[in-house]
Amino acid sequence: MAASATTVAGDRSTLESSAAGRLPDKFLKWGLFAIAGLTLVLLVYFFVVLFGQSTDAFSTFGLKFIFVNNWDVPKNIYEALALVVGTLITSVIALVMGVPIAVATALFITELCPQRLRTPFGGLVDLLAAVPSVVYGLWGVFVLIPHLLPAEKWFASTFSFIPWIGGGTPTGPNIFIAGLILAIMILPIVSAISREVLATVPPSNKEAALALGATRWEMIRMAVLPYARPGITGAAMLGLGRALGETIAVVLVVGNAPNIPNHLFAQGYTLAAVIANEFGEAANTPIHSSALFACGLVLFVVTLIVNYFARRVVAKATGKPRRRLARRSDNAEPATPAVESA
Amino acid sequence: MTTPEGPNTQTPPATTSVQQVEQRLAVPSAATSPAASPQGGHAVNVKELNAYYGSQHSIKNVTIEFPANQVTALIGPSGSGKSTVVRCINRMHEEIPGARAEGCVMLDELDIYAPNVDVTAVRRLIGMVFQKPNPFPTMSIFDNVAAGLRLTGTKSDDLKELVHRSLQSVGLWDEVKDRLNEPGIGLSGGQQQRLCIARTVAIEPEVILMDEPASALDPISTLKIEELVDELKERYTIVIVTHNMQQAARVASSTVFMLDGEVVEHDETNKIFTNPSDERTERYVTGKFG
Amino acid sequence: MSTTQLPETSRRRVVTDKIMRGSLVAAFVVALIPLVLVIYYLIYKGLGTWSKNFFTTDPNGSFFGYPGGIRSALLGSIEMVLLASLISIPLGIGSALYLVEYGKQSWFANFVRYLTDVQTGVPSIVFGLFVYIVLVVAKVGGDGFAAWKGSIALALLMLPIVARSAEVVLLLVPGDLREAALALGAPRWRVVKSVVLPTARSGLVTGSLLAVARGMGETAPLLFTTAGALALTFSLSAQMNAMPLQIYTDILSPRAEIVDRAWGTALVLVTLILILNLIARAASRRSKA
Repeated sequence: MAASATTVAGDRSTLESSAAGRLPDKFLKWGLFAIAGLTLVLLVYFFVVLFGQSTDAFSTFGLKFIFVNNWDVPKNIYEALALVVGTLITSVIALVMGVPIAVATALFITELCPQRLRTPFGGLVDLLAAVPSVVYGLWGVFVLIPHLLPAEKWFASTFSFIPWIGGGTPTGPNIFIAGLILAIMILPIVSAISREVLATVPPSNKEAALALGATRWEMIRMAVLPYARPGITGAAMLGLGRALGETIAVVLVVGNAPNIPNHLFAQGYTLAAVIANEFGEAANTPIHSSALFACGLVLFVVTLIVNYFARRVVAKATGKPRRRLARRSDNAEPATPAVESA
Repeated sequence: MTTPEGPNTQTPPATTSVQQVEQRLAVPSAATSPAASPQGGHAVNVKELNAYYGSQHSIKNVTIEFPANQVTALIGPSGSGKSTVVRCINRMHEEIPGARAEGCVMLDELDIYAPNVDVTAVRRLIGMVFQKPNPFPTMSIFDNVAAGLRLTGTKSDDLKELVHRSLQSVGLWDEVKDRLNEPGIGLSGGQQQRLCIARTVAIEPEVILMDEPASALDPISTLKIEELVDELKERYTIVIVTHNMQQAARVASSTVFMLDGEVVEHDETNKIFTNPSDERTERYVTGKFG
Repeated sequence: MSTTQLPETSRRRVVTDKIMRGSLVAAFVVALIPLVLVIYYLIYKGLGTWSKNFFTTDPNGSFFGYPGGIRSALLGSIEMVLLASLISIPLGIGSALYLVEYGKQSWFANFVRYLTDVQTGVPSIVFGLFVYIVLVVAKVGGDGFAAWKGSIALALLMLPIVARSAEVVLLLVPGDLREAALALGAPRWRVVKSVVLPTARSGLVTGSLLAVARGMGETAPLLFTTAGALALTFSLSAQMNAMPLQIYTDILSPRAEIVDRAWGTALVLVTLILILNLIARAASRRSKA
C-alpha cells in the first residue's frame, strides 16, 4: 500500500496487475496443462495406432487369433493360443516363485531387521531392479540354463509321477527358466510395495498381540499379515503386470517354440517374445506384421487392465489419501524416489 | 512414604457429580477386602527399576509395591514415566528398539527379569489394556476375544464357553451375543475397550495393567470402564495409569505420584488427594502444574 | 499371597517361531543370491574383455579376426539417452508441476495422474511398436530408422517415471512455503521458479537419474526404431548403436569372442547404471539431511 504523498485517496490502480504481468502465469499454467494432457493424448493414440495395425490380423483370423493354437509362419497362419498360454504360464510361475520370497523379504526387513539396517537392506533388494532385462537374459542363457539343466533332469525324472510337472525331457531354454527369471525381475517391485503396505499396519495391534503372550511369528500371523493381505495382493498384481509384458529376458530363454508346453521344462513362447523375435522377418509380410501388432495390442490392453486394478487395490490398502500438499507441521516423510518404476 | 493399609473404606472426595459412583464405592468395599477373596491374590513388587530409551535414563530406581487384588493408580504429568513403569511390568518396554530395563519385578516370589525367564509366558500372566482401544480389525468379536486362547491351542468347544464367560465378565455379552461374527471394530469406542478387556481376561492373567484405558472414551463409557475395574479387582491385581485425578480417586485404593521418572509419593488415595506429604504432590493434585 | 509359576510356552510354538523367523531370513538371502551371481559373472566374464581397444574401436561385424570393441554402442547409448532425457525430464517435471500447482484435485488432474501411473506399466516393447508406426513407417524426417526416433521411444518410457517421482517430491514442498511467497506478492510463476523448484531440486534430480538409469538399460524400444548400426555415428538421424542392442545381438553369435564381448558390454552397462543409482541415492539422502 503506497503511502506516497502524491497518491490520490482511493486509487487502487497499483493493485491491478498489468495484462503483460499476468502473461507469464497464464503461459505457465496452460503450457503445463498441455504437457499434462499429453499423457492422455499419447495413450489414446497408442491404442488407435495399435488397433489400426491389428485389424488385418483380427479380420483374417477373428477370435481364432486368441483361442486357436496354430502359429505357422511359413503358411502365414497366425492363431496365437500358444502365445497366450505361454504368457500366462510363465507369469504364473513367476508369481508362484517370486511373490512368497518377495513378501518374506519385506517381512524380514520391516519386522525382524534392526532399525538402522532397514534402509540398506531394502536398497539391496531394490538393486535387483537396476539390472537391465538384456543382462538378465545374457546371464540366463549362459549361466542359468546350463547350470540348471542337470537339476531339471533330476527333478523331471524323480517327480515323473506328477502330471505336467514331471516326466518330460528338459531341453535348454524352457518356460521354467523364463518363469524363474521373471520371478527375479518382479521381486524388487513386489517387495518394495509390500514394504510400504507393511508399514501401514497399526503398531498398536502388534503390541496387543505381543501383550497377549504371542511369539514374534504369532504376532506377525495375527496382527500383521491379515491386515496387510489386500495390499500385498495389490503388490502381487503389479508384479503380474510386469511379468506379462517383459520381453527381452524372456525371448532369450523361453525357447521361442509356438507350442503349448506339455511339461514344466518344455519350450514355449510369449506374446512379448514373439514380437521381438519375429519383427525383423515380418517387415515384408503385412499379415505377419499385423499379427505381431495384434499381439502387442492384446499385451497392451491386458497389462493396462491388470495395472489399473493393481494400483487401485494398493492405493486402497495403503490408505493413501488423495495426494495433497505437505504442511511444515506434518512430519514430512522422506520421499522414496519411484523404485516401482515398472 | 506410608504403605497403603487396605481398601478405601471412606467415600472418596465427592469430585464427581455421579452419586451412584459414590454409593457403589462406599457399600461393597467391605466385602472385597483381600482376606475375603476366594483364591489368593497375586502381588507385584517393583524393586529398584531403571529403564532407558537408548541413552536416556527415564525411570530412576523406582520401587513400588502393588498389593494383591487391589487397584493402584499411577498419576503424574506427561513424561513422568508412569507408562514406562507399567510397560516394564509386562516386559513390553524392551520391545521398543534401543530400550532396556534393569532391576527386579517380582510377581509373587518370581522375578520376571531373571535370566532365562520366558517373556511370552510372563505376558500371559500380566495382561495389558491400552489407551486407545485396539481390537484386531480383521477379526470378528468372537475371534478377538478368542485370540489369546487360540495361541495356546484351546479346543474350539471350550472356546465358545470361555468367550461367553469373558464377555459376560465385562458386561458386554448381552450387547453382542447376537453379533459375535461381526467385525470387532464395528463396535463403539467404549464397547471396543471392553472387548479388549474381555480379550485380556479370557486368558486368565493374574495382573491387569491399564494404560489410561478410558482417556479416549466419552464420559459414560469411562464410567462403565471404571465400574468394570472395580469388579475386576476381585479376581485380578490391577495397575491403572491415569491422567485424570478424579478417576484415580474413584477407582484406586492407593495411588503413586511420579515425577521425572521417580516415585515422589505412594499412599492411600484419599491421603494423596486430601493431605499429601510431599509439596510436589500437593502442587500437582491441586493443579498448579502438569 | 499365593505363588506364581510361569505357564510354559509349548515347545511347538517356540520351534515354529524359530523356524518361521529363520525362513524369513533365508528368503532375504535367497532374494539376494541372483544379484550376487549376476554381478559375479559380469565381473568374472566381462572384466577380461575390457581393454583399450574395447573402448576405442567399433564392432566390425566380421566373421573372422578381432570382432571390434563397443565404442559406437557406448557413445550411441549415451547420446540417445541424453536426447531422451532432454525430452522426458522437462516434460515429466512440467506435467508434475501442473498437477501439483494448478490441477490439484480436479477430475482432469486425477485422470492424468491415473494415466501416468498406468503408463509406467506399459510393456516397453509397445512403445517401440508405437514409434515404429508413427515415425518409422511413416518415414517422418527422412527414411526409416533413426537414432532420434529411438530416443523418442525411450522418452515415452521415461516420462511417466519422471512425472510420478517428481509429483511426490513437489508435494513435499510445504504448502506454507508457497503461501508465504504468494502472500509477499510474488506471481505464481515466480513462486514456482524461485521457491518450489529449488526446494525440490535434489528430489527431482534423484527421480530423473533413476529414469535415466532405466532408459540406459532398455532394449525393446530400440529394436524397431533405431535398429542399431555398427558404425560409429554422431548423427541423430542415422541408425545408431546402443549397448543393450549390441548385447542382444552378440548373445546369439556363434563366435565365443563375440559372446565375451557381450559380457564386457553388459559389465559396462551395469556399472553405469549402478553409478547413476548411487548418485541418485546420495542426492536423495542429502535432501533429507
